[in-house]
Amino acid sequence: MKKTPLADTHVNLGARMVDFAGWYMPVQYVGLREEHDNVRKNVGLFDVSHMGEVRVKGPKALETLEWLTTNDVAKLNDGEAQYSLLPNDQGGLVDDIIVYCLKKNEDYLVCVNASNKDKDFAWMNKHNNGADLVDESDLWGQIAIQGPKALELCDRVFGFKVSEMKPFHLQHGTFQNHKIMVATTGYTGEKGCEVFVEAGGTVALWNELLEKGKDLGVMAIGLGARDTLRTEVKYSLYGHEIDDTTNPYEAGLGWVIKPAKKDFMGKVLIVGKKEAGLTKSLIGFKMLEKGIPRQGYSLFSFDNKEIGKVTSGTHSPTLDEPIGIAYIDLAYAKEGTEFHLDIRGRKVKAVVVKTPFVQK
Amino acid sequence: MAFHIPEDYYYTKEHEWAQVDENIVTVGITEFAQDQLGEIVYVELPEEGQKITQGQTFGVIESVKAVSDLYAPVSGTVIEVNTALGDDPSVLNDDPVNEGWLVRIEMDTEKELANLMRAPDYKKLISEK
Repeated sequence: MKKTPLADTHVNLGARMVDFAGWYMPVQYVGLREEHDNVRKNVGLFDVSHMGEVRVKGPKALETLEWLTTNDVAKLNDGEAQYSLLPNDQGGLVDDIIVYCLKKNEDYLVCVNASNKDKDFAWMNKHNNGADLVDESDLWGQIAIQGPKALELCDRVFGFKVSEMKPFHLQHGTFQNHKIMVATTGYTGEKGCEVFVEAGGTVALWNELLEKGKDLGVMAIGLGARDTLRTEVKYSLYGHEIDDTTNPYEAGLGWVIKPAKKDFMGKVLIVGKKEAGLTKSLIGFKMLEKGIPRQGYSLFSFDNKEIGKVTSGTHSPTLDEPIGIAYIDLAYAKEGTEFHLDIRGRKVKAVVVKTPFVQK
Repeated sequence: MAFHIPEDYYYTKEHEWAQVDENIVTVGITEFAQDQLGEIVYVELPEEGQKITQGQTFGVIESVKAVSDLYAPVSGTVIEVNTALGDDPSVLNDDPVNEGWLVRIEMDTEKELANLMRAPDYKKLISEK
């Protein structure tokens, strides 16, 4: 298993470690609910060093990224970031990503999912339009700092006002002679940032954040709570809401598709499906009877027609009730529509609800 | 972490405990199991009168994160179900080896007990985890 620079730190903190996409990662420290609540109320630190970073440089950098991704990369100025998608040539998705503009037109950092890193890098290389592509994943540690008190903690540690940065922006800095890039992005629905730090500085930065955040109630947070947090705000996770066959419009990601502005990989198929008529929609739902939804469970109409599948489901710690995300046939996607969920052979009533489940 | 593992109980390798009182067997999950599961939020148990078979699943426990099957330590007929867990499954986290019992079974044959672990072997099993 691969290890992040923080692996030993997690073990010393008493984390329960698991194999996550080939990485030795903490699933929880003191307990999922306590960690989850702490991110909603105070601030939490996540080791996200397992995420991949691909540097895209050179005179062809922009052109290459415009072709490889669905969002409008050309509009990014230095220090700006955007959520985007790496489409494949079949109308589906290789991954969902964040593109950070380090220098307009010629230098970008693409942050990709840990589980997809090798696939993404190979794909980008295969369809490279002349950019200088480097897999920098081993060069960077990455720590996410999330929660209502996250920005106050960041201000104390980074030497500049992270709290004054707009969302989806990036600022360069140093921490103990290690280069850092602080980006106001995140995956919990809370305020906060994600910090890229030269790998050798990761442990020192982590420890400094824990030390300087003591009075703010800072806590290390495992992958378990990361998943319940992102589910509560209905953020997509590759392998759940998104995969090689996903049409982004059906996934509710049409806002990062810019067909009017540019041509991109798979555009004809992705947009073509929208024009031909989408058939399903990604919705949030709650249970009307006892039971907890889990990925893969089927949805049925009351006349017993299979109408969808659960992509993510859990007991929401914030709401203290079960919540789920599912693809459902368009005819049933309207808020308030009731259906049956098949929980291990038991048909249980559920209802389509407004999302995010937890409003921030 | 030191877990409370009663000496006079029997154990499955899937971390259920069985307390035997003549031919009535009370079944639950071990402290180790609840610790691994994390916060338990839902329990699905059989109904009274239902037959269950040693080694087969007889119910489900769900924590915030995961679904786990429950495995029958012995074969027999369910004669009592801990319905209190339906209203408050967190009892399973607080007191899995007493208040958090799951079902009582009238067992078919004592012979099956030979397939279960005693406390020392169970302690060894979890110490290797």
